[in-house]
Amino acid sequence: MLAEIGATSIDDLFATIPAEYQLKRDLDVPRQHGEQEVIEAFKAYSAQNATGYASFLGAGAYRHYRPVIIDSLSQRGEFLTSYTPYQPEIAQGTLQALFEFQTMICDLTGMEIANASMYDGSTGAAEAVMMAVRVTGRNGAVIARTVHPEYREVLRTYAQHQGIPLTEVDYTGESGRVDLAKLDAAITEDTACVLIQSPNFFGTIEDVAAVAEIVHAKGALLIVSIAEAVSLGIVAPPVEADIVSLEAQSFGVPVGFGGPYCGVIACKEKFLRQMPGRLCGETTDTEGRRGFVLTLSTREQHIRREKATSNICTNQSLVALMVTIFLTVYGKEGIRELAEQNLAKAHYAANTLGANAKLLFNSAPRFNEFVLETKDTTEAVNAGLLKEKIIGGFPLGHHYPELGANASLWCATELTTRVQIDAAAAALKA
Amino acid sequence: MSDEKFIGTPRKATTHTSQNEGLIFEKSSPGKKAYRLSELDVPAVDASVLLGKSVRKEYGALPELSEIEIVRHFTRLSTWNYAIDLGMFPLGSCTMKYNGRVNEAVARFEGIAEAHPYQPESLSQGALGIMHDLSQYLIEITGMDAITLQPAAGAHGEFTGILMIRAYHESKGNARKKILIPDSAHGTNPATAAVVGYQVQNLKSNAEGMVDLAELEKLVDEDTAALMLTNPSTIGVFESEIHKIADILHAKGALLYMDGANMNALVGKTRPGDFGADVMHLNLHKTFSTPHGGGGPGSGPVACKAILEPFLPTPIVVRKADKSLAFDYDRPLSVGRVRMFYGNFGMFVRALAYTLANGPDGLRLTTEDAVLNANYIRAKLEGYFELPFKTPSMHEVVFSDKLQAKNGVKTGDMGKRLIDYGFHAYTVSFPMIVSGAMMIEPTESESREELDLLIDALQQIAREAAENPELVKTAPHTTRIRRLNETAAARNPVLRWKAPPSSIPLTPDSAAKEW
Repeated sequence: MLAEIGATSIDDLFATIPAEYQLKRDLDVPRQHGEQEVIEAFKAYSAQNATGYASFLGAGAYRHYRPVIIDSLSQRGEFLTSYTPYQPEIAQGTLQALFEFQTMICDLTGMEIANASMYDGSTGAAEAVMMAVRVTGRNGAVIARTVHPEYREVLRTYAQHQGIPLTEVDYTGESGRVDLAKLDAAITEDTACVLIQSPNFFGTIEDVAAVAEIVHAKGALLIVSIAEAVSLGIVAPPVEADIVSLEAQSFGVPVGFGGPYCGVIACKEKFLRQMPGRLCGETTDTEGRRGFVLTLSTREQHIRREKATSNICTNQSLVALMVTIFLTVYGKEGIRELAEQNLAKAHYAANTLGANAKLLFNSAPRFNEFVLETKDTTEAVNAGLLKEKIIGGFPLGHHYPELGANASLWCATELTTRVQIDAAAAALKA
Repeated sequence: MSDEKFIGTPRKATTHTSQNEGLIFEKSSPGKKAYRLSELDVPAVDASVLLGKSVRKEYGALPELSEIEIVRHFTRLSTWNYAIDLGMFPLGSCTMKYNGRVNEAVARFEGIAEAHPYQPESLSQGALGIMHDLSQYLIEITGMDAITLQPAAGAHGEFTGILMIRAYHESKGNARKKILIPDSAHGTNPATAAVVGYQVQNLKSNAEGMVDLAELEKLVDEDTAALMLTNPSTIGVFESEIHKIADILHAKGALLYMDGANMNALVGKTRPGDFGADVMHLNLHKTFSTPHGGGGPGSGPVACKAILEPFLPTPIVVRKADKSLAFDYDRPLSVGRVRMFYGNFGMFVRALAYTLANGPDGLRLTTEDAVLNANYIRAKLEGYFELPFKTPSMHEVVFSDKLQAKNGVKTGDMGKRLIDYGFHAYTVSFPMIVSGAMMIEPTESESREELDLLIDALQQIAREAAENPELVKTAPHTTRIRRLNETAAARNPVLRWKAPPSSIPLTPDSAAKEW
């Protein structure tokens, strides 16, 4: 091949790199591993992580059962190793699956349109806020403090250089819901949108209709972020919202130490032109047959460059496929049954664990998470639980200092067993 | 096929069932199930009592099918995709290399796939170890001093890097106003600069398609925050005066951001940190073999020099005095978080597996093969297609459709025609500084035999463009569907399925009668 090129050595091909910047040594990385050695190396990493523990952690990453066919299908090379479907004639598999994904997300969230995915729920929420700023021509955003603390951190990062002032609004001690009076007071004529999460970070289901009434009376948009997607199986969708930012990880995506997950933005159709990210649309080919294409790309960076609605390019397509398969497996009956099981497990866990601790925010409904105030500090309680191979709740004191060092957020899903709940309750009592 | 010809053959049987597959909603019938939940081991609850008016009543079009129907549906859809596993994907700038399956296997180990991001650090040492080790190797590969793995994709990495540049300048008392971007850049570059609140100033390329040093010298001033530069450039050429570019910027206090999309041309042969880049992102889904998955997930780590290290997003992985690994959140100068948790961790696992499977010699050989393959294609196709820039190519080569356009055949047509020959199209119409660009990146994964097939195909297409342009202009001819009407899709957007108003829902009974 070198002869065909007219080169004498491989180094001829790198001659445009100035000699002083050519690397003349081996990179200092581990020597080449055989496949068996790669497997062994990762077995060793894996063994240093928790396995065989009962876990009560949720807080934005939810353990749910993953039907086996999610991986059998999404691991097919035709899905796994395909590219962004810019050549639709040979990418109809990905495109049709995305169209099905968009449809399911619309129906689940109660919105009219949905995009083909965002990176995750945190960046999705930030993009939704920026979208609301473009739609309204106003520039402030009001955020409930019960939105996931890390979502709020990401939003601050995104907003800081766009001149979007952020105001945070507190929750009420009785319900854990956003304080409606304070919310009303916080919204001004410059407020583009209000961002709430439901179920919120405490697991509490917000009164979306009441919030929407306040927000819309001031001419602002309501964005509802949903971190626990399985809740949509039993909790009414936020149809009163203008934009929904969903983290779909609960739909068949491994918790996987925090990613990759699957964000998605859904909204009212009238905001279509301000939607960030890729959109898949239906059309026909030259012979009139139905087919699908990426569409409305004049919103996107590769066409609009600095005037694009977002800089997003790569999204979470394969994860969106996992979500689509998950939702197909469960269907409309299964998603409800699954969510009901979560509700039952969390209800049992809250009452059982709550017998030996104080259960907070009792005056509003919750989904599969709840806040406990234990007699001892969360640190001490969790250290005791670890000895029983139980990972306790997420400590809330850092993000919500007013709740103190004894408050923690617990989660139970269909994977949490009664035995585990009873064992945790016994350990709390001890 | 007519019913007469196939008498005795059931009507549903077709020679190629995968050619006819409706939407999942059209296949749904009420009451079908593909799941069975575990028996509930706690008392059942009444949702309407617990949730009150918040209880859900409507479920829309969620489908109901049996498991085999679901398996067939998605398997059939998959057969409509082209993929690396089926053949070469010569997409310039996308680095469509083989995605090793050992990467997928290790990513599914229980301790890795089921690790919760908030589980105690003492029970996350394996996950932290993966992040720490990958970070060290990427720092070594790039020649940088520090890194964050948090960004979820390349554009997200750009966003992070430019945020850090902004924070750096702010720490010196002036955020500065503009970012210089060559006209050959990826669209994400200007979009990113805008998101971080910078004005975009366009930098014209010189006749060789490279940075024009005189022009750069003229434009860089005290308001310039940085230059965003792809190296090798989007025409696949190494900016051989890169150190001078860095010097010009640094002399005015501006920084050099390197878009690492084309890092597959450099790994093991040269290091951006050595030639003057201050901050750069990597695309793990390009250079480090994590699968593209039809458009994502990606991962866009950002590596930087020590001067930018204080501004990295939180948290970062640190080794404590007792040798254990931990997250450090206490970083007052940080730009903040760009994503919840720690990034697309599953991609870190795969990229680390790739790095281990290659080692220093494999990584270097990978780069050499990628560059060799691109130059082989260039040598074999020069003359068939116009080569707008004669500068030596690295890992990709950019031709143009100038010779074929005379017959009305455009780059997009030839890309479509390439599909008929069993390949994916090359990258069409990018970079924009080349009119009618045809950008080809073979990667190291392709054998000479596969390269020769691609070369034959493109040579044949060049002949067709001269002799039978209509054949090329109406391609592809062999796909399940023909060219799609993208204008209609944009003009009248149909973005979701809706049940036809007149449809009578299929019941198991009526579905059976269809047979």
